[in-house]
Amino acid sequence: MGELRFSHYSFSAMQRGETMGALQEFLQQMVNGVALGSIYALIALGYTMIYGIIKLINFAHGDILMLGAFAGFFVLVAATVTPLTFIASFLVAMLICALIGIIIERTCYKPLRNAPRINALITAIGVSMFLENGARVIPQIGPNPRQFPTFLNVNYDFAGVGISRIQAIVFLVSIALMIVLNITVNYTKIGKAMRAVSYDRGAALLMGINVNKIISFTFAIGSALAAAAGILFASAYPQVEPYMGIMPGLKAFVAAVLGGIGSIPGAMIGGFIMGIAETLTKGFISSQLADAIAFGILIIILVVKPSGIMGRNVSEKV
Amino acid sequence: MKNRGFSLLLALVLIGSLVVGCGESNTIKIGTIQSISGSVSTYGIQTRDAIKMAVEEINAQGGVLGKQIELIVEDDEASPDKTTNAFKKLVAKDKVVAVIGALISKCTLAITQEAQAKKVVLITPTSTNDTVTDAGDYIFMSCYNDSFQGQVGAKFAWETMKAKNAAILYDITNDYSKGLTENFKAKFEALGGTVVAAESYSAGEKDFNAQLTKIKATRPDILFIPDYYNTVSLIAKQVRNQGINITMLGADGWDEITNNAGDEVLGSFYCNHYSPFSDDQDVQTFVQKYTQKYNMTPNALAALGYDSTYILLKAIERAGSTDPEMIKAALMETDDKFVTGNIRFNEQRRPIKSAVMLKIVKGADGNLDTVYAGTVNP
Repeated sequence: MGELRFSHYSFSAMQRGETMGALQEFLQQMVNGVALGSIYALIALGYTMIYGIIKLINFAHGDILMLGAFAGFFVLVAATVTPLTFIASFLVAMLICALIGIIIERTCYKPLRNAPRINALITAIGVSMFLENGARVIPQIGPNPRQFPTFLNVNYDFAGVGISRIQAIVFLVSIALMIVLNITVNYTKIGKAMRAVSYDRGAALLMGINVNKIISFTFAIGSALAAAAGILFASAYPQVEPYMGIMPGLKAFVAAVLGGIGSIPGAMIGGFIMGIAETLTKGFISSQLADAIAFGILIIILVVKPSGIMGRNVSEKV
Repeated sequence: MKNRGFSLLLALVLIGSLVVGCGESNTIKIGTIQSISGSVSTYGIQTRDAIKMAVEEINAQGGVLGKQIELIVEDDEASPDKTTNAFKKLVAKDKVVAVIGALISKCTLAITQEAQAKKVVLITPTSTNDTVTDAGDYIFMSCYNDSFQGQVGAKFAWETMKAKNAAILYDITNDYSKGLTENFKAKFEALGGTVVAAESYSAGEKDFNAQLTKIKATRPDILFIPDYYNTVSLIAKQVRNQGINITMLGADGWDEITNNAGDEVLGSFYCNHYSPFSDDQDVQTFVQKYTQKYNMTPNALAALGYDSTYILLKAIERAGSTDPEMIKAALMETDDKFVTGNIRFNEQRRPIKSAVMLKIVKGADGNLDTVYAGTVNP
């Protein structure tokens, strides 16, 4: 049935495709880039929030994404893929990953909170390897790639520019989550506390803010976002395996730095820039240069503005 | 302090060699390196199982040269570094007589030089890259190579599918994928067709939308995707999501795709080493034995693994010795019928044999299945 519907769409696209000119191709590449970028942006948010609060680059973030994708995978395999089970898979994965995030923070990062920053960084790499290889060993996950259950293929056609259903879902869900996050951080009491801890942890403690609770909460939100990104990533690229988080994690980390690490709008902008730059390079220059150009942009921005696009300039107190 | 550490090490090495020395027993050790975990694990597991089955059969009939065969299996996770480590372990620690492997071309290419230098007979059941046997006269392959396979795809696209314009999407970091692309392009253009797009990606990439948008704009009749099933299933999904509704074509790396992809691959064709549905007697016996033992239909790589084991062990029997020099000479005299066809090695130590084309269809049970779509001879 999906096949039939799909061929109908592509037929109309083919008919109009006679005139698929340079403009349509460019717009199509922009659609591809924005869809990819919204996933990067979602992952980058987790990096930037955790960095903003405890100045730690959480290298295990990509692996939480992998765990989230697997949590969603088990929900969707147990039930058939319907809009309802899809939403359920998000809730389950985000809840599980939020808990895992809190546990990791409590057991691995909290004891090192006052240690030199490099120690926490190395611990984060250790946690990352533990999660990847742990997942390989667990028989329910295992080392081999699995097919992620997805919706039927549908392609909507707008004057020769095609948007697939999954691209639309990825974009809309990411934007919705980013809006929710922005409201939480800027307009709620706990968001205010988060900003206070981020600004000056010592002063926040003196003002009666429960810093431990706020840090746990930040990890919970960051990990839940990673879980959501994991399911979106696995729906767009339907394969799950223990190392799946490494590359998107790395790209999102670059996006976070590009946007100004610690800045939430910066992470979103950085994510979209990375996704669009990567896609346009593949589409119009060479697929071999995609990463080189994406990382090249990072270098240029860091040379021109070392704190990133939206990063605050923090002057050293002498 | 430094000296004591050194003498301790020396003592350990000496004791170790004593222990190993005692192990000289009445078995012949054969090593195999397969990708049992990682991106092509389905291949590795089935190939290993088929090799095991062949060894058990031969041992049950009294072994080779009156000795039992001891098979030592190593996993390389489809990573060339790990293949090198596994090979060194098999040669230095286990002291195997010959090695069957590796599974995928880039892994095999990582060890051919060393096998030649160490004079270890290496027979790869499944690595189809043209340059595999270039390292020297100790390296053999029991499958056809990519120049043939690429030509088969091009010939089928031109003659049977009547395609005029072809697009290719390939992995530029993979010797197998690159080799197939070159050969497909050369043959398709020689036949009179045009390759309108040849887009590439790197191993591990998951987003192909940019390349597919470019391919779509060139309006090809077919899309050739020379990669392994896991990547192909990712690409195929994005092909259909991009609204590209053309037939896809693949090579033997597509084997097992029916268990690893959805309806998006329906109607695609790929070439393979054998069809389990062939009415050939040897094929039927093999399929029956394998199905009975492992409860699944053997894929082409399993058949190749089974064949390589027989090719190698028959050669050892003929050589009357486990001396690599003699085994190598005996292998060159191979001229027999095996599961995947008649095998004789040419001067490049490659067999000359035919390929079958398979089409992906919906089976009676609603799952994906393949049907025989023709044979292409060299």
